Amino acid sequence: MCGIAGLIHRGNTSKVGFELQGMLQALKHRGEDSTGYALYGKTDGQNFIMRFKVGENVGEGSTSVMEDVSVYDERKKIVDGYLKDLGATIVKEERTLPYSLRYEIQYDKDLMEFSQKIESVPGVEILSMGKSLEVIKDLGNAEAVCKRYSLDKVEGTHAIGHARMATESGVDIKSAHPFWGYPFSDVSVVHNGQLTNYWNNRRVLENKGMRFMSECDSELIAVYLAEKMRNGATLEEGMKESLMGLDGVFTYFVATKDSLGMAKDTMAAKPLVLYESDDLVAMGSEEIAIRSILPQEIDTYDPFDGMVKVWQI
Amino acid sequence: MANLKTGEKKTKAQSMGLHTEVLTGKTQQKFFNPDEAENFYYFGTYDVDFNKRTEIDVKDMECREANKKIDDLMKEGYGTIVIKNPQGKHSLGVGILNKLNLIFEGSLGYFGVGSMDGPIVRINGRVGWSCAENMMAGKVVIEKNAGSCFGAAIRGGDLICKGSVGARTGIDQKGGTIIIGGDAGAFTGFMMQRGRIIILGDVGINLGDSMYDGTIFVGGKIGSFGSDAVEAELTDSDQDWLKRKLKVAEIGENFDVSKMTKVVAGKKLWNYDALEPTEKKGAI
Repeated sequence: MCGIAGLIHRGNTSKVGFELQGMLQALKHRGEDSTGYALYGKTDGQNFIMRFKVGENVGEGSTSVMEDVSVYDERKKIVDGYLKDLGATIVKEERTLPYSLRYEIQYDKDLMEFSQKIESVPGVEILSMGKSLEVIKDLGNAEAVCKRYSLDKVEGTHAIGHARMATESGVDIKSAHPFWGYPFSDVSVVHNGQLTNYWNNRRVLENKGMRFMSECDSELIAVYLAEKMRNGATLEEGMKESLMGLDGVFTYFVATKDSLGMAKDTMAAKPLVLYESDDLVAMGSEEIAIRSILPQEIDTYDPFDGMVKVWQI
Repeated sequence: MANLKTGEKKTKAQSMGLHTEVLTGKTQQKFFNPDEAENFYYFGTYDVDFNKRTEIDVKDMECREANKKIDDLMKEGYGTIVIKNPQGKHSLGVGILNKLNLIFEGSLGYFGVGSMDGPIVRINGRVGWSCAENMMAGKVVIEKNAGSCFGAAIRGGDLICKGSVGARTGIDQKGGTIIIGGDAGAFTGFMMQRGRIIILGDVGINLGDSMYDGTIFVGGKIGSFGSDAVEAELTDSDQDWLKRKLKVAEIGENFDVSKMTKVVAGKKLWNYDALEPTEKKGAI
């Protein structure tokens, strides 16, 4: 089933980590296998923030293979070496969990080459790369993941998130949403639905040099949009094209450094409730997600079939 | 379960050779025999007084707890119940089977007031997916917008949304009337079988797709017709009925119904075999 939620503060910042946690927790009945956050925080915009994993969460419910923790250190060591080779400087390093790391790095060259090099290390995946974006995803419900990574204090302008009920792929971090719009800085995607032309599209995009890290159909949206943007389309143009290019049922959100967008398939088969005001846009699979941050009586609506909307901060 | 036996008295359908057996045992017909009214008990119904009014705040209640509270209040004879702070909770006010004035001060989530039979409901907010699903009788008025599958499979009563509704409004509708003050999404009237839908605004693509029967009236633009949905002539009696219905529904009272588009089933998809058309038609 899965639940998605997103919000954008227009013209100000707020504790988006805390707010998104409340929205996703309200949707926990739609799936608790994993929860993911894409938070667009307040940064100086100078350095890249790279969130990456060197292994999987092999805790209760995971479908991943148990590994010796020592391999995480070995992989980290190789990544550090590759960063040096690429000319990147690590400004700050945090290791929240043995398998999950956050680097602030100085780097000014091509991100595709960068990502390909880092992800050539087996078991390593870049969860996000951006000057504002941080993707945090792990097994468990919104509250558990928020607590594990101390996300409630994160301040920013906008955020999207996903509560996942695993269906077509495993219960692991690599299949969890949000997906980074590789190789674009600060692009992330969450999706509720099912894409039926996943493999056809994947083969085409892989032949064009795009990369897939999981077998989760939702990853296709991030890669599809990234490929459109690489060829010069704007985000909104790419999203509009996706209504015909992607087959199946879907509602998805995509966020960039300064915008948040939503798209709904032409069958309108997946739910979405939307609240819009001059200073805040909040949306989720169910109204209760919005109510978690706006308990007062508000005007909300269901976007129609084939609708694409983009808001700026 | 009812038994079957050969009957001597023939109905019209039997005389046409469609079936020769009749039901015996505790059939609906016997159940509702007016001569036995004193002994009749309809499970889940209570004698309520509309002038007896109360309020409950469901802010901190789960839906099961809130519904139980409504049931308890009806048992105590309350005929007017105001629900405060529903805050988008799912499945509130479902399965109410007797007369009741039910007022929600706020918005409902999914499956609000589903499977009800009789109450008059006013919702001063928005409703989520599948509002009033399987409604048998009564009236529901929503002041704001509604989600998809609005009035799915309703069999009777009036379901009114003053705002706009999502996709698949009146899917599998089997009776009753759905009235929309604003716009409606794609696949409105999808596979509807009976009843009427009135949309004062625009409607999305595939209107009335695969509808078996029933009638849809549209005041605005139509995205596209669905499979086997066709335009029909809007008669004077249609217009009279529309005016009456909109007046009773407190919506679009001054709307020019003469410009509405009437949509019905083309019945080209009907594929009933020759032996049982009456039975099949009776079923819908």
